[in-house]
Amino acid sequence: MTEHERQHGDEVHVVSYGRYVLIWLGLLGLTGATVALAGFELGRWIIFTALTIASIKGLLVLNVFMHLKFEDRVFRIFAMVAGVILLIFIVLVFFDYAFH
Amino acid sequence: MTTSAAAAVSQGHVHRDDLGSRMGMWLFLFTELILFGGMFVAYAVYRFDHPAEFELGAKELDTLIGTINTMVLLTSSLTVAMSITAIQRGKNKLSLVLVAITILLALVFLVSKYFEWHHKFESGLYPQSPDLLNKPPGEILYFGLYFVMTGLHALHVIIGAVVLAVMMLFIQRGVINKDSYVKLEAGALYWHLVDIIWIFLFPLFYLIH
Repeated sequence: MTEHERQHGDEVHVVSYGRYVLIWLGLLGLTGATVALAGFELGRWIIFTALTIASIKGLLVLNVFMHLKFEDRVFRIFAMVAGVILLIFIVLVFFDYAFH
Repeated sequence: MTTSAAAAVSQGHVHRDDLGSRMGMWLFLFTELILFGGMFVAYAVYRFDHPAEFELGAKELDTLIGTINTMVLLTSSLTVAMSITAIQRGKNKLSLVLVAITILLALVFLVSKYFEWHHKFESGLYPQSPDLLNKPPGEILYFGLYFVMTGLHALHVIIGAVVLAVMMLFIQRGVINKDSYVKLEAGALYWHLVDIIWIFLFPLFYLIH
């Protein structure tokens, strides 16, 4: 770590290869699960299970592959704000759409 | 450059703000999220209107190719993430190889996308094709969204692969090294975003029947 980095509190976090491989195996497992679930006649529930599994996969990539978990807290706050804004878009569109 | 910065450089201090650089990259990624987010909202509204026709459309996609492509992209995310650990540990050669594998996997994804689209075109399904226009409105919307969203995603895959190729050049020239690798981190962040978009595109287009 250089002097400069220490001064700014920007700690270097090295994630081990093993941890990445473990997350990758989890992602492959979840992909298998979502494909397998699509084979059942879940009707309207398929969209909920598919989006739940996709969200878990997305969070794994964000937190570990993209190092969000090891970043300064402000990164997580930013990411949450961005996610909430997208959610507001979706919810408001459906309020408009479902009740007009 | 201010006098204090000039003095610091002459004393051999490197002035850069890696945290700020990464934050800039994240802010850019949020704009990408909104770009694709708008399309996901359009998808949600049209699907709400035409659930049965969206299911019919999804039946025409090949789930196997979609699944393989998902695994290819997840694996490419793994290799680019590992390339950062390699560079942090001073293993430049290994990092170079890992980024090269990532680009190779990007090409595999694009080639299989090419065959997938080619097959659709062959069977008369492309934007504004007579066969497609004869279908019910919901299916026209489904395939319109399919081509635009996976097309825009494929464009991001191409851009990401080019960015990573430039990163390989930087590693080779020592611009990216054990003590300075924020460029590689930014390239990898972009690549992971492309992966996350696909994580949502895959079930919404391939798995809803």
